[in-house]
Amino acid sequence: MTEKKGVSGGRMKGVMSAGEMTAVLEEMGSAILDVCGEDPPRFVGILSRGVPLSHRLGRIVSSGEREISEYGELDIALYRDDFTEGGGDWPEVRGSRIPFDIAGKTIILVDDVLFTGRTIRAALNALMDYGRPKKVLLAVLIDRGGRELPIQADFVGKRIEVGEQDHVRVRLREVDGEDGVVIFQRRKGGEE
Amino acid sequence: MIRLRSRHLLTIEELTHDEILEILDTARGMKEVFASREENTRAVKKVPVLQGRTVVILFFEPSTRTRQSFELAAKRLSADVVTLNIAASSREKGETIIDTVRTLEAMASDIIVVRHRSSGVPRLLSKTVRSSIVNAGDGCHAHPTQALLDFFTMREHLGELKGRKVVIVGDILHSRVARSNIHGLQKLGVKVTLVGPPSLVPREFSRLGVEIEYDFDRALAGADVVMMLRIQKERMMGAFFPSIGEYHRFYGLNRQRLALAKPDCLVMHPGPINRGVEIDSDVADGPQSVICEQVTNGVAVRMAILYLLASRL
Repeated sequence: MTEKKGVSGGRMKGVMSAGEMTAVLEEMGSAILDVCGEDPPRFVGILSRGVPLSHRLGRIVSSGEREISEYGELDIALYRDDFTEGGGDWPEVRGSRIPFDIAGKTIILVDDVLFTGRTIRAALNALMDYGRPKKVLLAVLIDRGGRELPIQADFVGKRIEVGEQDHVRVRLREVDGEDGVVIFQRRKGGEE
Repeated sequence: MIRLRSRHLLTIEELTHDEILEILDTARGMKEVFASREENTRAVKKVPVLQGRTVVILFFEPSTRTRQSFELAAKRLSADVVTLNIAASSREKGETIIDTVRTLEAMASDIIVVRHRSSGVPRLLSKTVRSSIVNAGDGCHAHPTQALLDFFTMREHLGELKGRKVVIVGDILHSRVARSNIHGLQKLGVKVTLVGPPSLVPREFSRLGVEIEYDFDRALAGADVVMMLRIQKERMMGAFFPSIGEYHRFYGLNRQRLALAKPDCLVMHPGPINRGVEIDSDVADGPQSVICEQVTNGVAVRMAILYLLASRL
């Protein structure tokens, strides 16, 4: 693992290389196939980086006879739980888009990093407003611990241990030009 | 994301170009919540974001569509909604309105949506209350949410609006819709042409930087949008033009006339329409008409405004 100074002055540490990400996604894809079996799953990614990840997992699961061509995108901006806290900017509203009926389907919900669990709580509520799926399974590339709600992932690419103040950034070639996961370590009470 | 600088929405003039685009982009996300379309399969047309907030809709002037549009927008965001229709009385003084609003505030309102026949009432209220004030139309002055829904509708069809030509036709003199549209369209780089009889389209409007044209046919050349305004038959007859028939002949939109504009020119109208006066039925119901879409988009735009203002509370 490389260690160097981050752009913002904190210590940056790589925790997943591009090659490792490809391997990890392959493993997650076959795990999803094992669980879903004959019942083809539908993929819904959480904006923004859950979306390209859901496409990649879908392509891995597609290989073979069944082709997954439709993907859902979930914007949780209107379902967050911190609106009553006051202060801070509210998120940009980009809108969800789920082009298929989720009722009775197995849904693989995809996000890049699982942390407090609050995003997933919001995503589940948003998803339920589209219909009643048969089952929802959660796939995340990185589980960094630090849960504040009783939520766990069904498929995890990699579990890492980081400080509460640290920032985990997943970079994807679709949006960032390259694959990889880095953490920015902040010292206690200090800046990133 | 851009935060709106003001916690009130009183006029289009006070919004920057970027704030207008922020509202329109947010409205696009909001439309997904309730618009039934093929690519969206949503069952529940409501989101929880304004749970626990109270929106008061205070109308001192009769209206059905704007009032219902705001009500629906607030409800789709899960706000509690109180609607008050207060019959306008000519003896009403500023102080009584302020007292009314203070009473509402005492009931813990967060956003107050106001319509009043007198220009300036929303601004007056904004100076005396803690709640956010949204202007839902004041006198002949401003109707910012109507203008924003018009821009949203144009943008959905035309994409980038810069350099487009919009022709606004009818009673410009008394129209708050026209005023708000003129100011906003200019911020978006749109060329605006005003059309109507000289009694309703005074020369002075050219000071706003718009074209004035008394010949409707000539004005339509190269038009991307033609926006027809409602003629208030009861108020107008005799005073501003000789007869309904004459008005229709010179300034009514019919099929032959529409053919003079660009082939896919959008036909817009803030409603309610007078069929056979300012617009013929075959045009109002024709393939180029987006009048019903304007109504749908009004809910999305008002949701965006309530969301963006609530984020500042």
